[in-house]
Amino acid sequence: MASNTSVRNDQSGPWRVSRAAADWVADLGAVVIDWVVGLGNLSLFGLRTAGWLLSRLPRRETLVPACYHIGVLSLPVVALTGTFIGMVLAVQAYSQFRMLHMESRLGAVINLSLVRELGPVLAATMLAGRVGSAMAAELGTMRVTEQIDAMASMGADPTQYLVVPRFLACLLLIPALTIVADFMGIVGGAFYGVYLLGIDWHHYWVNSQEYVRGFDLFAGVFKSLFFGAAIALISCYRGFHCDAGAEGVGRAATTAFVFSFVVILLLDLFLAIGLDSVYYLFWPQGPKLM
Amino acid sequence: MVTTALDKTGSDQPLIRIDQLSVGFGRHAVLRDISLAVPRGQTLAVIGESGCGKTVFLKTIIGLLRPTRGSVCFDGEDLAALSHRALARLRTRFGFVFQQAALFDSMTIAQNVAFPLRQHTARSRAEIRRIVLSRLAEVGLPETVMERKPAELSGGMRKRVGLARALALEPEAILYDEPTTGLDPIMSDVINELMLSTRRQHPVTSVVVTHDMGTARKVADRIVMLYPLSRLAAGEPQILFDGPPHLLEQAGDRRVRQFVRGEAGQRLKELEQESDD
Repeated sequence: MASNTSVRNDQSGPWRVSRAAADWVADLGAVVIDWVVGLGNLSLFGLRTAGWLLSRLPRRETLVPACYHIGVLSLPVVALTGTFIGMVLAVQAYSQFRMLHMESRLGAVINLSLVRELGPVLAATMLAGRVGSAMAAELGTMRVTEQIDAMASMGADPTQYLVVPRFLACLLLIPALTIVADFMGIVGGAFYGVYLLGIDWHHYWVNSQEYVRGFDLFAGVFKSLFFGAAIALISCYRGFHCDAGAEGVGRAATTAFVFSFVVILLLDLFLAIGLDSVYYLFWPQGPKLM
Repeated sequence: MVTTALDKTGSDQPLIRIDQLSVGFGRHAVLRDISLAVPRGQTLAVIGESGCGKTVFLKTIIGLLRPTRGSVCFDGEDLAALSHRALARLRTRFGFVFQQAALFDSMTIAQNVAFPLRQHTARSRAEIRRIVLSRLAEVGLPETVMERKPAELSGGMRKRVGLARALALEPEAILYDEPTTGLDPIMSDVINELMLSTRRQHPVTSVVVTHDMGTARKVADRIVMLYPLSRLAAGEPQILFDGPPHLLEQAGDRRVRQFVRGEAGQRLKELEQESDD
């Protein structure tokens, strides 16, 4: 360390600049390497989980509590946020539609955006916040207190025992949570539009039925499967690779949510593009809203 | 007891053989060129100051950490050459007692001790319960703790549950990671006595990692002292002492005598110099 500083002190202006540039490149390289290694490890983690999923299903006693914590306990918060987002959509879109005298089309807009986008993304975000960070914290604590090592030392595979049930519960239950968010959003939007803004009930529903197709519902639920898988894998991975101490566990929980959220939005973009092209493949005339 | 172990397997090769083992994390080397053989039935104590790689050594023996060089063989099988499943199966022949017990805190004490049994045997619930009870009794815990959670127990009780769990599958080798750290002197000696009685009741080979000289002297047939790599010269061997406990006091190396007697010597000055650098 001491010799290093003395070398630096000997160097004059241009040397220092080039050295700073080299340091900067080295730092950038280190960050890139970290990301690539992390991504590789995450992929291997996912492959290992998939391998266990295909070769041996988890036991009931590990799967049922995971389903309860991930699905049942998330229901109220997902339903609540769904209802409010439906109502907010009605509030925001109403004035615009009124200017065009198209209030009766409000239902179509609200329900379509809920079913295709907001329902799945909202359910996934709530799941990432409520369940993802909790899973990362729980597994992180197990890592820090050597419980994961203890499990491995007893010849049980921690991935099979801890990750697979959580992954499966997320994957199986996120479609249900998405449908709940969709439904509550539709109810919330209709309540606000019909009862509080006084839009005609009949036209509200007829328009909704006309524009929201089965494919839209399918697209939303289909996307949610990917979100659920991403949340479970990222959160469990962060927990398994938790740094030491309380700080490490805290960081694992936060990064689990942040990464999950970013990945949900990224996946959403690409899946939306993909599903759109599938839609045009089957219905070349395209969807019509107005 | 040692002879029973020999009769059972009919072989006199060491149960654990470590060959030129080096372990490191990134650029940071922790163990360098360690070669050791632990014969069946022996209790080996690995002593050394904090940060000398004792726990890393123990975790490498059971394959929780991978060596960067060299090999670990258990009963003639090289751990690195085993498949994932074969390694899991091999680990059932070990019992590992963790420093902080590492009990699963979402499970009750009974479920903790039963975990390896349910994982690896097809025994009935009643039979598992009977084994759990007898293992808990062996470490001096009453039936009433069975339904309690680890968080409700004291440190000493948790450690004893950890020992009961490690004994559940009647392992051939038990690895203890600092079994008495953080316990009061009485409870430390209780753990020492339990380690000895375990050895009387089951023909086990043990590796005890500790910096408690009382434990090392009481339970070990042989003591190995490791020294932190950062304090060693380039070619110096990391094992400073390897022999029976009674020879410790007469060890030629000043650092061994210092450790055994618990004398700081010039260490404070060294530490100050290190932080200056």
